[in-house]
Amino acid sequence: MAGDPALQAVPTRSAPRNEGPRRWSPQLWAAPPAAALALFFLYPLALVVRQSFQPDSGGTSVRPYADVFASQAFRHALWTTVWLAVASTAGCLVLGFLLALVISFVPFPGAKGVARFIDVYLSFPSFLITLALLFIYGTTGIIGSFQFLTTPWGVLLAEVTYFTPFVMRPLLAAFSQLDTAQLEAASSLGARAPRIVRRVILPEALPALAAGGSLVLVLCLNEFGIVLFTGAKGVTTLPMLVYGKAILESDYPGACVVAVVNVLISVGLYGLYRVVSRRAGA
Amino acid sequence: MSIRFDSVTVAYDGNVGSLALDALDLTVEPGEVMALLGPSGSGKTTALRAVAGFVRPVSGRVLLGGRDVTDLPPYRRGIGMVVQQYALFPHLRVDENVAFGLRARRTPRGEIRQRVAEALEMTGMAAYARRYPRELSGGQQQRVAIARALAIRPRVLLLDEPLSALDAQLRSGMLAELARLHRELPDVSMLYVTHDQVEALTLADRIAVMDKARLRACGTPRELYRAPTDAFTASFVGGANLLPVTVGPGGVSFAGAELKVETGDVVAGARATLCVRPHLVGLGAGPNQLVGVVREIQWRGATHRLYVEVDGHAVMADLRELRDPPAHGESVSLHFAAEDAVLLPAGVVGDGR
Repeated sequence: MAGDPALQAVPTRSAPRNEGPRRWSPQLWAAPPAAALALFFLYPLALVVRQSFQPDSGGTSVRPYADVFASQAFRHALWTTVWLAVASTAGCLVLGFLLALVISFVPFPGAKGVARFIDVYLSFPSFLITLALLFIYGTTGIIGSFQFLTTPWGVLLAEVTYFTPFVMRPLLAAFSQLDTAQLEAASSLGARAPRIVRRVILPEALPALAAGGSLVLVLCLNEFGIVLFTGAKGVTTLPMLVYGKAILESDYPGACVVAVVNVLISVGLYGLYRVVSRRAGA
Repeated sequence: MSIRFDSVTVAYDGNVGSLALDALDLTVEPGEVMALLGPSGSGKTTALRAVAGFVRPVSGRVLLGGRDVTDLPPYRRGIGMVVQQYALFPHLRVDENVAFGLRARRTPRGEIRQRVAEALEMTGMAAYARRYPRELSGGQQQRVAIARALAIRPRVLLLDEPLSALDAQLRSGMLAELARLHRELPDVSMLYVTHDQVEALTLADRIAVMDKARLRACGTPRELYRAPTDAFTASFVGGANLLPVTVGPGGVSFAGAELKVETGDVVAGARATLCVRPHLVGLGAGPNQLVGVVREIQWRGATHRLYVEVDGHAVMADLRELRDPPAHGESVSLHFAAEDAVLLPAGVVGDGR
């Protein structure tokens, strides 16, 4: 993983210095952030989990779970969420890798400027991109004849457009670390550009791709603004379902169940990513 | 295969105002080791990169074996290249690194295996075939890089400061290895870029001395060392005392002293530079005597180096370890044999250290 060497470079506190009266100070320093985390994140999360076990009819039971899991809408939303996230991530990886390759290795004027713009792009709100796409492809947009923006494909396009820079950022950093002498050695050994990309650049970029890809996957699973703004009626993802149940149907236990499922998927995927990346020895 | 530079000019970023290489004319004969020797920024690496195809000359041509390759991309030139920082592929094992060029050329599998083994055998790395580069020392990595370059059986091998990243002891060992490889591969022409005169003198059949993007001198190590033609070459190939002298009949005068040296066809009365190697300067009275004051003494184990000020000029003398070295400020006599001095027609450059 790209960030790991930096983490390892942080000197660890030597054991003897922790003894004596100053021994408790590290724990004390950890207390405020832990308290803040508990107050603002863990406690509300716990409330959500508790609510998900309290059906409107009173008492504590797994009824809300049974109801939600049995509903066609939930299973449909789960499937939509997962395939949209996976497809968006795949699209971002391919597009981001190609764009980062061009910016890093094809000398053209303004390559630095483009790389800077990527940084700015990351700070844009996600719905802004959707709004921009609406202006072009929407029913009243410049090219209004395409009606695909309200389909899952519109959401996919918007997510790929918005999240690709999240893949490019770590890739550009990885490429700037790449030793150009390696590329030259490969070239003088008789390798053309496609082979150099496949055999030299891609293996070096794998940790960055894994980092960027897992980030995008988790962000896509939880994406709300893009789906809302495309106005795609048939596209209901888990966050949309939470919104619908809580705000429109006032079914709080149901909304909480969906939210818990969403959190579990995110945490599960993150855990899977950590295991895989550690296996890969990165 | 011969390498020929035909007035090759390379500019930084295509800017003709600042030249990285100024109209280089040089031919490396088939099977010859040519060292490009010069300080950093002298254009020697640029010349090598022009042969490899990584820089495009703004004018002039590069020929390999009589064929114009100026417009060929690097992957079609069939050249082996070894660089200072090894540039091994970190995610590939040693044998996969060596096989890289053969795979790129779509060599049949069986032949790849055989040639990889052969190349690793030749560089003494056969026992490390299944290691990763990060598990090897610097010297071992450089051997792998050489094996990788040799596996494609190039007829031209480019070496860009290949020993600069190694420590002194390893360097002399690798120097002997490279000399052995050259004997075992008599058909391979080598272009060896270095700033280290010892490497150039040891390994090269001929040395091309470069400075400020230009070729200063080219000749066998013996020629350049014994009879340098200009002050820059004299001081860069071996240390040299460069003394400003006035040519007289049958000798030169320096700091009021008459020195008997071969003046060749330099006319009397001309100003010139006399080059005397420090290790050929003796202490005490003798022919061609210079008297001066000891300004510095450096004990180097086997030798003493004296800096003697003669009429405002520092004269270096490398003497076999002295039992009773002179003291600072002491007045001493130095001498040298007439045949050990070379008269350079050019003026003095720098102070010759």
